Amino acid sequence: MTANFSQLKIEAEQEWSQLVNSSKAWIRIGSSMCGQAAGAFGTSVAISTQTSSRKLDVNIDQVGCIGLCYLEPIVDVLRPGSSSRVFFGNVSSESIDGILQYIETGKLLKDQVNIIGYLGEQEIDGLSSLRDLSGFNLQQRVALKNVGNIAPGNIQQYIANGGYQALNDSLELGKPDEIVKVMQESGLRGRGGAGFPTGLKWSFMVRSPGPVKYILANCEEGDPGAYNDKGILEGDPHMLLEGVLLAGYATGASNGVVFIRHGHDGPIDRTKEAISQAYSSGLLGKNILGFDFNFDIEISLTGDSYVAGEETALMESIEGKRAMPRFKPPFPAVSGLWEKPTTINNVKTLAYAPEIIKHGEGWYSSIGVNRSKGTVIICLNGDINKPGMYEVPFGLTLGDIIHEIGGGIPNGKSLKMLQTGGPLGGVLGKESLDMTLDLEEMSQAGAILGSGGIIVADEEKCAVDMTRILVAFCQFESCGKCFPCRLGMVNLLEIVERITRCEAREGDLDLMKDVGQNMQMGSLCAHGQLGFNPIRSAITYFEPDFISHIKDSKCPTGSCEKLVYLPKNTRALGEINRENQDKQYIPINNII
Amino acid sequence: MSEQKIKDEINKILSSPTDGTVTVLSCLLLVQDEIGYIPDEAVEEIASFLKTSINEVWGVATFYTNFRFTPPCKNILEVCWGPTCHLKGAPDLISGFLDKLNLEEEGDSKDKDVSVRYNTCLGACQQAPVISINHSLRGNVKVSEISNIIDFVAD
Ligand SMILES: Cc1cc2nc3c(=O)[nH]c(=O)nc-3n(C[C@H](O)[C@H](O)[C@H](O)COP(=O)(O)O)c2cc1C
Ligand code: FES
Repeated sequence: MTANFSQLKIEAEQEWSQLVNSSKAWIRIGSSMCGQAAGAFGTSVAISTQTSSRKLDVNIDQVGCIGLCYLEPIVDVLRPGSSSRVFFGNVSSESIDGILQYIETGKLLKDQVNIIGYLGEQEIDGLSSLRDLSGFNLQQRVALKNVGNIAPGNIQQYIANGGYQALNDSLELGKPDEIVKVMQESGLRGRGGAGFPTGLKWSFMVRSPGPVKYILANCEEGDPGAYNDKGILEGDPHMLLEGVLLAGYATGASNGVVFIRHGHDGPIDRTKEAISQAYSSGLLGKNILGFDFNFDIEISLTGDSYVAGEETALMESIEGKRAMPRFKPPFPAVSGLWEKPTTINNVKTLAYAPEIIKHGEGWYSSIGVNRSKGTVIICLNGDINKPGMYEVPFGLTLGDIIHEIGGGIPNGKSLKMLQTGGPLGGVLGKESLDMTLDLEEMSQAGAILGSGGIIVADEEKCAVDMTRILVAFCQFESCGKCFPCRLGMVNLLEIVERITRCEAREGDLDLMKDVGQNMQMGSLCAHGQLGFNPIRSAITYFEPDFISHIKDSKCPTGSCEKLVYLPKNTRALGEINRENQDKQYIPINNII
Repeated sequence: MSEQKIKDEINKILSSPTDGTVTVLSCLLLVQDEIGYIPDEAVEEIASFLKTSINEVWGVATFYTNFRFTPPCKNILEVCWGPTCHLKGAPDLISGFLDKLNLEEEGDSKDKDVSVRYNTCLGACQQAPVISINHSLRGNVKVSEISNIIDFVAD
């Protein structure tokens, strides 16, 4: 059976209109990982039992994260006859009664429930619009446009909200080159960290010979402090699938693989579900939507390894081997997965494609600043009043993010440090608040925006302690293939640990720089090349913290006096001996 | 379980239908999902199932840090030590859990009730500090809750 898109769309729109105009209330429960950690599953069960014991006939969907994670578990209700949703925050089993009373009577019991506001055209008496919340109004949701609004497990809701339109139109037009052209014009740059222009990357693949070519969607997302890839898969997996299909059609590829770390059940289950729905709706497989285009997508799971997110290590992992980077060349577009031409993109990058193609040239590139076009999804967490997931246009300042969106630092404390771009990124001081969100400006300052994680630390945190954790992470995750990274990270960690214990030796700072320089020059992949970044940027912005440990034998905040537990076994070197203090450190320069 | 029984069990797992590409890694993940660890027999069976060497399978199994080679305890507690959780008090949390379970570092409690594992990021940093108990996430964990959490799961 070849499905016809207009038929699919009519059915989906009917279904949607029945849902929103139904005589039953529609309850949406935020059930992403942030919601789960706040107890969303318990809330969900309690809502089901209480609605059935009150004989309340309702539609319930578990949806993705609307971004205001500090208010999870979040539940929202669309009452029959109303066109606006009312959002309730921090929902506990005690507040469910208040929500159900709202459904039954339309009355809002403000002392029983925490009401965030309403969202929609129709004003609701005594409530403010979510759009007036400072965390909301600076946002521009493109890749996240459906997340939190539709049920991720329902392809019809995606289609009714404009989904798969870009794919259908592109297939109808029949000019794959046109997609590459629009992507190039859009100025979209990879959101996986390196910021490589996406249209250009796709154009490399066009020339590679088929018939088997791969598009890989990278959702390894090992960066601590980042959860936006998982956020997309949990909230709107079809957006990613459509992006992969567009990339596939544009580059003449035949297969797609979504690469996810095992154990993240939400994203994995949602994606599996979406893939099987796409097959049964004729959006994957042979003759997609009746056109001459065949494409298959499968999921590949990886074990725990950070370096598996590096594009060549990722291919090794899909092939079932140890996730160690390959030498380049050959470049993936020539010989990648199973030695076939391959394009690797981050999940966010691919999720932008459907909207960019739908709007055509000139739209996406009009958002943003300089060479940083469009929007970026920020994962804000740490010592901040409103941790969450916010999609904002490039060009805001870091101050806007921290103070307007994030609501500032809790307990009246002041900002000390921002850690951006994952462990290989860097740290910034409070003078960086004037900095614009711009890929170039941030990397010039020694930090990268990377995958969009921003970890905030207040004045009571120590920069040396933070550096220790970042370096410990990089050491723990070194894959062990090349020695500058394998040995260099161990050296760096030992020195940083020594400084935290106020047992630094003379010349330790210079020694670290020396090791770092060698790692940068000699490592095979960006893990080793950037492994010194956290230390370099911490010394740049927080030299007094280091000096205080080294010269005055004192941690200015006392953080470093606490015992810290780190894994002892690491894949690169086996067990680290943290007690052995008398080793002689020879600068690597003198060995080679 | 006898060696033969383990082998039979593993072969049953390996020959169950899957939709993705079958590789050394996918087989290892499948076995650990089903029985909680990678017994020596599994390494041998996977090698013969995929016509590769035992070395190859060992290499992969020891590379990814989620694999374990002894049966896990009844409950699995993962505590995050990632930077966000660290800032929000993970060190106190970890030492509290270790104390409560009489452990010095990550590992299995003596009564075999709880296996403790450190995790680099459980993916819910918004709710830091985060732990996961038998794969269900729990955020904003306070040191004062440690006793209750352990007593509850160990029950
Ligand atoms: C150690 C290391 C880890 C990485 N982890 C990820 C990751 O988790 N997710 C990701 O999308 N890219 C990751 N990358 C970047 C990828 O190598 C690659 O640049 C990216 O997936 C390309 O997609 P993009 O062009 O859409 O950004 C990592 C790179 C390195 C060196
Ligand atoms: S850093 Fe702990 S959950 Fe991410």
